[in-house]
Formats: sequence, structure tokens, C-alpha cells
Amino acid sequence: MQEKITIREFNRETLDLVNQIIKRYPMGRQKSALLPVLHIAQSENSGWLSPEMMDYVASLLDIQPVEVYEVASFYSMFNLKPVGNCVIEVCQTGPCWLNGAEKLLAHFESRLGIKPGETTPDGKFTLKTVECLAACGNAPVIQVGTEYHENLTTTKADELLDQWRAEDKISHTNPYL
Amino acid sequence: MAKQILLKNIDVPGLADFQVYRKLGGYTAAEKALKTLTPDQVTDEVKKSGLKGRGGAGFPTGMKWSFIDKQSEKAKYLVCNYDESEPGTFKDRHIGQLNPHQLIEGMILGSYALGANTAYIYIRGELFYVLKIIEKAIQEAYKNGFLGENILGSGYSLDLYCHPGAGAYICGEETALLESLEGKRGNPRIKPPFPAIVGLYGSPTVVNNVETIATLPWIVNNGFEAYAAIGIGNSKGTKLISACGHINKPGIYEIELGLPVEEFIYSDEYCGGIRNGNKLKAVVAGGSSVPILPASLILKTAAGEPRLMSYESLADGGFQTGTMLGSGGFIVMDHTTCIVKNLLTFARFYRHESCGQCSPCREGTSWMEKILTRIENGQGTMKDIDLLVDIAKHVEGNTICPLGDAAAWPVASAIRHFREEFEEHVKLQKCPF
Repeated sequence: MQEKITIREFNRETLDLVNQIIKRYPMGRQKSALLPVLHIAQSENSGWLSPEMMDYVASLLDIQPVEVYEVASFYSMFNLKPVGNCVIEVCQTGPCWLNGAEKLLAHFESRLGIKPGETTPDGKFTLKTVECLAACGNAPVIQVGTEYHENLTTTKADELLDQWRAEDKISHTNPYL
Repeated sequence: MAKQILLKNIDVPGLADFQVYRKLGGYTAAEKALKTLTPDQVTDEVKKSGLKGRGGAGFPTGMKWSFIDKQSEKAKYLVCNYDESEPGTFKDRHIGQLNPHQLIEGMILGSYALGANTAYIYIRGELFYVLKIIEKAIQEAYKNGFLGENILGSGYSLDLYCHPGAGAYICGEETALLESLEGKRGNPRIKPPFPAIVGLYGSPTVVNNVETIATLPWIVNNGFEAYAAIGIGNSKGTKLISACGHINKPGIYEIELGLPVEEFIYSDEYCGGIRNGNKLKAVVAGGSSVPILPASLILKTAAGEPRLMSYESLADGGFQTGTMLGSGGFIVMDHTTCIVKNLLTFARFYRHESCGQCSPCREGTSWMEKILTRIENGQGTMKDIDLLVDIAKHVEGNTICPLGDAAAWPVASAIRHFREEFEEHVKLQKCPF
């Protein structure tokens, strides 16, 4: 996959959304908007946060770049390396494991020909394991962008993969829109 | 008696819509409080109701509120802890998704009682689709005059916002949550001072769980006596239990506290028994952090009394033979389950979620995962089992926040009750399952 080193600055509509979010916090506390704005930034940057994008976010919130780096590297939803168009996150924690999450993960691995943390050569899919998604009653569970897919079987997984292939699924859409 | 407070109307189509919620009696508690009760009277109702925090720690809600520094000239804040991430716990997702107005009405009541004019709902980032449902409901509440300036002509004003997390279990710890809300890493703070004195932006703050807050409208509407009349002993009211694992009917159940555990597991009204007619092996009753109990001790206490779904009964026997109600994340395992492997998934979880601030937790969680991996793969020794116990002992109680305890308790309890299974892995040099 090609690394992108230039960033596209936010358009007017996205900047309006960012400013609206900043107003939710007291004057001078605009740093509070960092997590929501990073979610938006990641969606605008092909699903990952490049140093350039993080610097841009720092400038929007009038904080130091390092304040953004240390936060972005702490939270598991932020990707600091490029990812595929469709990121498939498979829950592996106890309740999902009790209900066949290992078999499901192995199925995704064999269908996609990649291991967790890898991206398919065509750049279409990234496979990730994640910890508890808080949907344990419908285990096993996966997340793709803002969607949860629950009570997943290998048959259903195949249907989803076919559908995502056909529609060139992009999981990193702006979560607020 | 069940399904009366939190899930009463949950099946009504369109409940997330303001008009539907309103027609079912929604926002009457907010009207009652703002028009006829003082903030202290609301606090008093909650205090006397006996409501305890439903996030896991079980601290009395009214008492938590009474610690707030009302004399402070700083702004006060109410923050809803919607960072539901404890493995086995999936009750709060349901409330925001299907009944967001009950949560909003609870936020109005709590904020009014505390004198807060700004409140936040901190929701885990994975649940963005729930955040959007709640934000839509907040807009409706503004439009209908239940949020914003001078609510119902009472002179009281409140702004309410949602704030997404970004994937960090530790942010369910209230001071880590406040750090995160301030745009920082989710590192728990050293206490004291507690958030009631120095909380969000250094201001007096209360952090309450979703279920706790969603219970408030009912208490204000029906009075503390009615609430305290439900339940058993010091376990007042109802509790959402999210049941999962090897049961016939996984799901979210509202139970009256005091329900026998056996009835909860086997009755068709609740879990409907163990899948495929299998035998019950073990239960983690209150989210992954609480001690695991074998079937014999979850159904009956060590003294032979029937075990009840209540704070006191589940804790009966201390950690030697008891456990905790915790968050109500009820994970059931049948006889086909490898206790070591299940524990390994928990150990991996805590290693992944440790913030790294305290060395006993940062190092200990990673050692425990490593050793459990070894045992599960048939490369462990008998000494490894004692080593695990030793590490758990040294992590527990030696960290800034309870994540260390949460990581240690599952390990210590699994070995306490299922030691032979660990030994079998070592003897056979493989997993027997």
C-alpha cells in the first residue's frame, strides 16, 4: 500500500462540525475536543492518523503536537499506520471466546489470507483483534467502522465478505455523519 | 415484579422518540423535581432510596452526591459513565439505544440535584451508533424545553453533551474518564482528592453509571419508600443483569435484587438453563473482574444457603467462597469449558487495558498472560501455578486504581477453585479440552 504523506485539510462542513464540538466545552478547554476530532481526522485520512494529520489537529485545537501524539497512541481505536479500506475487528475476549470467536477469526484469516494486524495486498481489508465490545449476549461479535455484526457464524461472515467485496466497503466514514 | 423500572417500556416501538417516551409518562419526574422539589430534596430522595452505583463498585449514589462541594464557586459537573467495557457487561448499550430519554431525564434530575449546569455523557467510542441516537434524543429534549435555558420556567438551566471515548477500558475508572474527557491519556488520578472536590477541570464533579442515572426518574416519581420496598436487605431496587456464555437465552434481564441464582440460571423467564442440556461448571457473576465460582458455590453459599442475586449474598463467604454482584455481567460456563483458557482471555484483556502507570499492574498483567499462555500450551510447570498466585497477590492493592485488583482476582480465584485443572495442563503437557 502506498503511504500518504500529504493531508487534505478539512472542508468547510467538517470544520463547522469541529467548531461545534469545541463549543461543547468551557472556554480555554478546547483540548477536550481532542478525541472526537481525532475520530473525524482518522475518517478523513483513509482510516489512520499520520503525523501530518495529527499536527493539523493540534493546530485546529491550538495545542502542542505532542499532546496529540501521546493521546493518539493511547487509545486502541486510533490507527497510527495505514490500514485497508475495510477494517474488520474481531472480539477475542472471554464471552466471545466461549462462543466460537477463535473459529471465526481463523475463518477470516483463511478467507482473507492474512493474519491479525495485516492488510490484504489489494488494500481492501485489514484484520484486527479487539478486546470486549460489550455485546457479549450476541457473541461472537465483530465491528466494522461504526457497525456491529453480532451472533456471527462463518456462513454470515462469508455473506458479509462477499457484500463488502462487491461494494468496495469503506469502514472509515465520519462517525458523526 | 421484574422489568418495572429500567426495561418496563423497552419493547414499545419508537421508544427512543420524544413523543413516545412522553406519552408513557416520560419527563414527569423532571417536571415534578423542577417545579416542586429543591435540589437537596432530590438528593435526599435518592439517599433514602438506598440506590447503589450500578457500574460495579456499588457505592451508595446519594452519599456520593452529598460529598460534592456545594459551597465551591466553581461550576459543578455531572458526568455519565457510559464507557461500558467490562467483559460480560452489555446492559448500558441497551438503555441508550432503545430508551435514551430515560437516561436524559435522569441526567436532568442528577444535574439539578448537584447544581450542575453542564453535564456530559462519556460513551465508549465503539458505540458511536448509540451516541448518535442519544444526540438525536438530546436535540428533541432541547426542542421540547427540557434542556437549555430556564427549563420549564424554573430558572434552572442545563446543557447536556455526548463525548466519545476511543477504545480504553481504563476510562471506565472515574478519574481516568475525567482525564480522557479533558483530552488526555486515560491515566487514573491519585485519590484523594476525589472528583466530588477536584473533578472535571478541577471542579466538583460526580460520575455515575448509565443504569444508576436511568433509575432516577422512577425514584423521583414514585418516592424513595417505593424503591426501597423492592429488593432485599441493603440491596434495594432492581438490577440489570447481562447474561452470556453457555446459556439458552443470553440477554439483558431486569431482576428484583434477591432473586435466587438458581432460578435466574434455570428459569425460562431468565437464562433458560444451560445450552444442549450441559452441566453448569462455573459462573463469573459480576463482570470479568469478580472471582469465578464453581457451580456448587454459585448456587449455594458455603453454609448451604441458597445464593441470591444481591450484593450481600453474592459476597457471602468473602473471596474464599464468595464473589461480587459487580456490574451484573453474568458469564456462564458449561462443563466443556477450559477454565485456564477462559482465564487467559481475561489476562490478555487486562494486559491490553493496563494504562501502564503503575509497575505492579503494567508488569504483573503481562507476566500473568505469559505464564497462562505457557500453561495452556502445555509448557507450564507446577511452580508456574504458585508463581501466578504470588504475582496476583503482589498486584492486588498496590496500584493507583482498581484495574490491578480486577486483573488479580480472576487469576487468584480460578486457581483457588480449579487448581486441579491447572495441574492437569502441566501433567498432560497439553490442554485437556
